[in-house]
Amino acid sequence: MTDVIHNLTIAIVFAPLLGCLLTGLWCRIMPTRMAHAITIGLMSLSFLLSVYVAKLVLFDGGASNSNLYTWLISGSFQFHVGFLVDQLTALMMVTVNFVSLAVHIYSVGYMEEDKGQVRFFSYISGFTFAMLMLVTANNFFQLFFGWEGVGLVSYLLIGFWFNRPAANFGGLKAFLVNRVGDFGFILAIAAVLNYFGTLDYVPVFSQMPQFAASNPTMSIVSGTSSSVVSVISILLLIGAMGKSAQVPLHVWLPESMEGPTPISALIHAATMVTAGIFMICRMSPIFEYSATALSLVLVIGATGALFTGFLAVVQHDIKRVVAYSTLSQLGYMMAALGASAYAAGMFHLITHAAFKALLFLAAGSVIVAMHHEQDMRQMGGLRKYMPITYLTFFIGALSLAAIPPFSGFFSKDGIIEAIHAATIPGAGYAYICVLIGSFVTALYIFRALFLTFHGEERMDQHVREHLHETKAVITGPLLALAVPSIILGGLMIRAMLYPTDFSLLGHSITVLPQHDVLRITAEEFHGVWQMVLHSVTTLPFWFALSGIAVAWICYGRFTTLPVWMARRFSWIYRVLVMKYGFDDFNQLVFVRGGRRLARWMYEVTDRELIDDTLVNGSGRAIEWLSLTLRRLQTGYLYHYAFAMILGLVVFLIWVIF
Amino acid sequence: MPVPVSDLMLAAPQWFVLIMTCVTLLVSLWSGKKASPWTYGLSQVTLLGAVVITALMYDQPRTVAFYGNMIFDKISALLTIFVCVITAFVLLYSRDYLKQHKMAYTEYHVLTLFSALGMMVLVSSYSFISLYVGLELFTLPLYALIALRRDAAVFAEASMKYFVMGAMASGMLLYGLSMLYGATGTVDIPSIASAIVGLPQGQHLIIVFGLVFVLAGIAFKLGAVPFHMWVPDVYDGSPNTVTLMIATGPKIAAFGLVVRLLAEALPDVHVAWQHGLILIAVLSIVLGNIVAIVQTNIKRMLAYSSIAHMGYMLLGIIAGTASGYSASMFYTLIYAIMSLAAFGLVSMLSRDGVDIQRIEDLRGLNARNPWLAFMMLLVMFSMAGVPPLAGFMAKIAVLEAVISVGQVWLAVVALLFAIVGAYYYLRVVKVMYFDEPIKKTDIELPSMDMRVAMTINGLSVLILGMFPAVLMGLCRAAF
Amino acid sequence: MLTNYFPILVFIAIGIAIGGGALLLSRLIAPHRPDTEKLSPYECGFAPFEDTRLPFDIRYYLVALLFILFDLETAFFVPWAVVLRKIGVYGFSTMIIFLLILVVGFIYEWKKGALEWE
Repeated sequence: MTDVIHNLTIAIVFAPLLGCLLTGLWCRIMPTRMAHAITIGLMSLSFLLSVYVAKLVLFDGGASNSNLYTWLISGSFQFHVGFLVDQLTALMMVTVNFVSLAVHIYSVGYMEEDKGQVRFFSYISGFTFAMLMLVTANNFFQLFFGWEGVGLVSYLLIGFWFNRPAANFGGLKAFLVNRVGDFGFILAIAAVLNYFGTLDYVPVFSQMPQFAASNPTMSIVSGTSSSVVSVISILLLIGAMGKSAQVPLHVWLPESMEGPTPISALIHAATMVTAGIFMICRMSPIFEYSATALSLVLVIGATGALFTGFLAVVQHDIKRVVAYSTLSQLGYMMAALGASAYAAGMFHLITHAAFKALLFLAAGSVIVAMHHEQDMRQMGGLRKYMPITYLTFFIGALSLAAIPPFSGFFSKDGIIEAIHAATIPGAGYAYICVLIGSFVTALYIFRALFLTFHGEERMDQHVREHLHETKAVITGPLLALAVPSIILGGLMIRAMLYPTDFSLLGHSITVLPQHDVLRITAEEFHGVWQMVLHSVTTLPFWFALSGIAVAWICYGRFTTLPVWMARRFSWIYRVLVMKYGFDDFNQLVFVRGGRRLARWMYEVTDRELIDDTLVNGSGRAIEWLSLTLRRLQTGYLYHYAFAMILGLVVFLIWVIF
Repeated sequence: MPVPVSDLMLAAPQWFVLIMTCVTLLVSLWSGKKASPWTYGLSQVTLLGAVVITALMYDQPRTVAFYGNMIFDKISALLTIFVCVITAFVLLYSRDYLKQHKMAYTEYHVLTLFSALGMMVLVSSYSFISLYVGLELFTLPLYALIALRRDAAVFAEASMKYFVMGAMASGMLLYGLSMLYGATGTVDIPSIASAIVGLPQGQHLIIVFGLVFVLAGIAFKLGAVPFHMWVPDVYDGSPNTVTLMIATGPKIAAFGLVVRLLAEALPDVHVAWQHGLILIAVLSIVLGNIVAIVQTNIKRMLAYSSIAHMGYMLLGIIAGTASGYSASMFYTLIYAIMSLAAFGLVSMLSRDGVDIQRIEDLRGLNARNPWLAFMMLLVMFSMAGVPPLAGFMAKIAVLEAVISVGQVWLAVVALLFAIVGAYYYLRVVKVMYFDEPIKKTDIELPSMDMRVAMTINGLSVLILGMFPAVLMGLCRAAF
Repeated sequence: MLTNYFPILVFIAIGIAIGGGALLLSRLIAPHRPDTEKLSPYECGFAPFEDTRLPFDIRYYLVALLFILFDLETAFFVPWAVVLRKIGVYGFSTMIIFLLILVVGFIYEWKKGALEWE
């Protein structure tokens, strides 16, 4: 069975690549219909196979870890391309392929009028390939390949409409911020290679217990010493922060909404941004041995969960609300990982992939219907024009707000309970953050719902006349995503979080006994319906419900209230609109400061010192030398013959003496 | 002495090429005016047949045949395959050029095939006699090839220079070999290696003396400083297709010469030849890269670049370890591929009787034919050692080999001059992409098979750079 | 081993002695009084019409080259014939292959018209 899994994985991973190459290489001449057929056909194949592989792995207990190709051998280091398929990988493959397939189909409708469609489909297939490489990797090297691959396609897609300046700016920003994270990630990989001598997961993870027990230290700044395990973990965390948009490296994600909406759903909600979460789950054998790193993960995650949620409340752009919501939910996942509840983080990742993709695509449906208008102040009352979109958005919102028995409830409640049970430093702060966060979540998403679908119709006459429900290629994926948004949580919670006899994640995640918070919370779990009924007595439920209530009061009933509040508490409002000043800070310190430094460097060191003296100097020297040496080539045969004899004599002297 | 029938089987590729070349010659003679398709077709069949035969034999164990004169091992098999494949590409790239310049078509093919046969004999030789015979068989046709175009005096001049200097170098090599024979009393490569081990201390001087002459001969065949003088003049003075021939296959054969003579016959005087090769390699890298900068003629520039590349290739030999030899082998094969593409493009673009001579002739190639320009870009970047192209991997491999034996300063020098070298490769790219074309017209495209071959050739540089492991593995398995 | 080469050394010495000796003797013994008439080239009593170095016909070189080629090949036959009984079938077949290749070359030059004077 191992071989079957390995071979199927090859097909799963490379089918999207084939689609990407076929459409990409002939993007100028290929008819769009054909591009759709090729990419969607191959994507469906990949999805079906990944479901089958998931069945083999999750239910029949199969697993595979083998190398496909040895890319390079350098001294004692070997770099492979290989696939590790265990429960974690199988779950991720299904999630990625499911969302990707839905987005492929949805894009047929969304991108209908775009001229660059073939290129677009090539990109998203390429993205899927890179993402699959990332999740199936059996070594850090390939992980990094996939990591950079998804990043690359993400920048390409944010800037897909390259004649919009905002899109280019967004792409650039995403690129630069991710560089910061990647820097940490590369250093982490280098440290792993340095201390373990290999980049393959299995040997690294199996050496980890003894390695941590010997408590090795390294000196980063001379005179200090830090634990190697912590350093590696924190560097990995920095990488994850960049890709998963955690505070303070979150600034790129809202800007990335300049890309087409399907991309926001695929990359910036469901798959790529969860790569960091996946990576930390995969690296759980490393993180577990560093309490420092875990605390940091917890605090960063919880902070992000709460404070980026606030920002969503003041946004007017429907996509940006959902984008900030993504930031906040990623914070939840991260916080779960910090509390060693990796399973809860993964669980939320999967349910979030479903309902967030749903919300994005529903928002996209609204945007299409509104002729690419994204400002919620120009919407309102869409409920009666777009019933399917309304219904699905509503389901997504309920799921996001963690209202039982929707999917989001189970995963988010699992996280909050786990953090509550955690004892590592920072857990108390984190608990408060995530608790208030559940209020904020409900508030902002229902604010968006009421503003968009309820209340008076604020759009202009022309748009109103053309308002109607979108086509089946758009509503189809919405309905398809609505189903898991409702039932997935209840179906999976036992197997994911509180396994008794059947476990979805199995042994693919390592948790040390002293950190195992899920074992504590498992004692209070008595079945799905019990949990739903019991939720009425828990704090998060009431927080969420009050969030909805407040949203209804402010945006459904007394619509003047928010305006008054914004005026009354104008400084809070301004802080939120300024996004806590992260962007201004970056702009001021890094961008402007960087430019000033660069100018100084350019004028003083580069132009005068390096250019004039070193570069041009050595350039001139070499040119002079070159001109001189070329004179030796006289063209006379007897000169050459003489040179040969002379060379021989010099040679004799050189070798013999 | 009985006829060694099994030995005949081991020499099957050589037999095949020999017989088929004679057949090609005879068929071309009798088919008169319609000769060209037959000549060309039979030549390609010859080379591809040899490739297939060698590939089928590849897994056979290492065997010495013909009373110690010939060896079949992984080195000879791999080098033979590459010699034949590259020669096949050379013939493909040359086809139109030969017709347009009215060069002797049959003779070009037959001489090229004989030269290839010489290379095959050389790489699988296991005694000085067969080695020397192979060497002469591969160089003699080259002298004739250069003079094949009789419409200008430069070709005769280049041929004459190459011939005289080649004869001198052969003389030196032969003198060195005879001294080794004198000191050890045998011409068989393994017997020499074992004889040197048992030699009294005083006899070493004559070995080293002979070694210096051997090194001089090798350096000449590689075109390494200070025996490089012929390279620019001959590359420049030959018809483009002949330059293409001289710049590719012979480098592989010369690598075979190096391995057989230094690594297999004289491993015990490793210190002495390492000492000599360091001088040759450093001088080649420095001089090749520096002088290439001021060249305006593309063939001369590529000639100096080849001098530099041979210097890099020698780094792996200098290391004197199995991984060093395999790195050098990898470097040689990659260089042959890159050089094939570069000169192939130069001959392919030399149409309507106009030869591409100066770098400026490539001006605006991108505007006129983006795909060919892209192929040239890949090759130039690869030669400059830009990742992830094959040239980068090859450089990494040889540098790693010298560093692993502690010669870090060599690696530093090599790297510094690789940076110097990047300048002139990038200039070609700049000229192709950023300069205005002389004529706005499209280039008259070469025929389909040539374009396909050039695409394979150019992309192989990219693919071998991204996935070097297969070829690298073959090279490693050879040593 | 080197003693075997002693006769060769003697041969060389005698060769040099006879060749060089004759020149040296005439230099030493013969009277040596040059004048213009004596040094001018002699051609049946009248002044030469043209340069004494006549260019040969290019075809002559071709024939000469081919002659040397085949002449040298026949030189291989002598040692081969001497030891033919010892080297057996292997030696015999080798020489036949050699001859065959030679024949191919011969056919080539014939067909190309290198043997025709006009």
